[in-house]
Amino acid sequence: MNLRRDVFQAIADPTRRAILLLLATQSMAAGAIASNFDTARPTISKHLQILTECKLLRQEQNGREIHYHVNAKTMKEVADFIEPFRQMWDERFNKLEDIMKKYKA
Amino acid sequence: MMERKTKISAENGKQELVITREFDLPLELLFKAYVEPEIVEQWMGTKVLKLENKKHGAYLFETSDPKGNVAFLASGVIHDFVPDEKITRTFEMENTPFAPQLEFLTFEKLTDHTSKLTMHVVYKSVALRDQLLQLPFAQGISMAHDRLESLFNNLNK
Repeated sequence: MNLRRDVFQAIADPTRRAILLLLATQSMAAGAIASNFDTARPTISKHLQILTECKLLRQEQNGREIHYHVNAKTMKEVADFIEPFRQMWDERFNKLEDIMKKYKA
Repeated sequence: MMERKTKISAENGKQELVITREFDLPLELLFKAYVEPEIVEQWMGTKVLKLENKKHGAYLFETSDPKGNVAFLASGVIHDFVPDEKITRTFEMENTPFAPQLEFLTFEKLTDHTSKLTMHVVYKSVALRDQLLQLPFAQGISMAHDRLESLFNNLNK
């Protein structure tokens, strides 16, 4: 439960979303990722740590460097984030329909 | 499994979304559900303090949490009102950090007994749209989390 809550918080941050976007097509080392941002390197490291902890990214040892990859499985769950919003409206409209069917009767 | 009647279309990087729903109701009854205060109260689960169904009219809804405390006030102005056809209005949750949104509601007759609602919502920014889209998810998570927590607390007693 905590895991998914963290995923939500992780993607709510614009820098972390930009990192995910950057890594969508290729894996990169921390230094290369940081060079794409004006933000201080330790800040980017912190973002990478958060993204890794909630399993949006996974690390892979590549010689002396650690490369970061997007974790496709967790990203799939992120795509489902819209579903509760849809359900909220669906329940509301189901209620509307029920009420108006009785109204007609 | 229940049929998925309500559809959401939210393209990446856009500050708008479209909600569509087909109803087993004649158009007139669907539209009435948006106009009659006592009916709006029932399906929206909100108190209707004001609902002026006309161009330049305004509305004010009061929503309470399950304990009966006022959770938020929703308000807006009506820009266009054509019976059985469309409502154009703004929507704002007062005393929240969320900027007002613009809503285009279109009502269509499909058959004598069915109708369709299209709700086109435009937000101030892409980020705000995404944030509001994720809100029910976040609330669901936090509610489930609270339930788990209270369950564990009870077990530990």
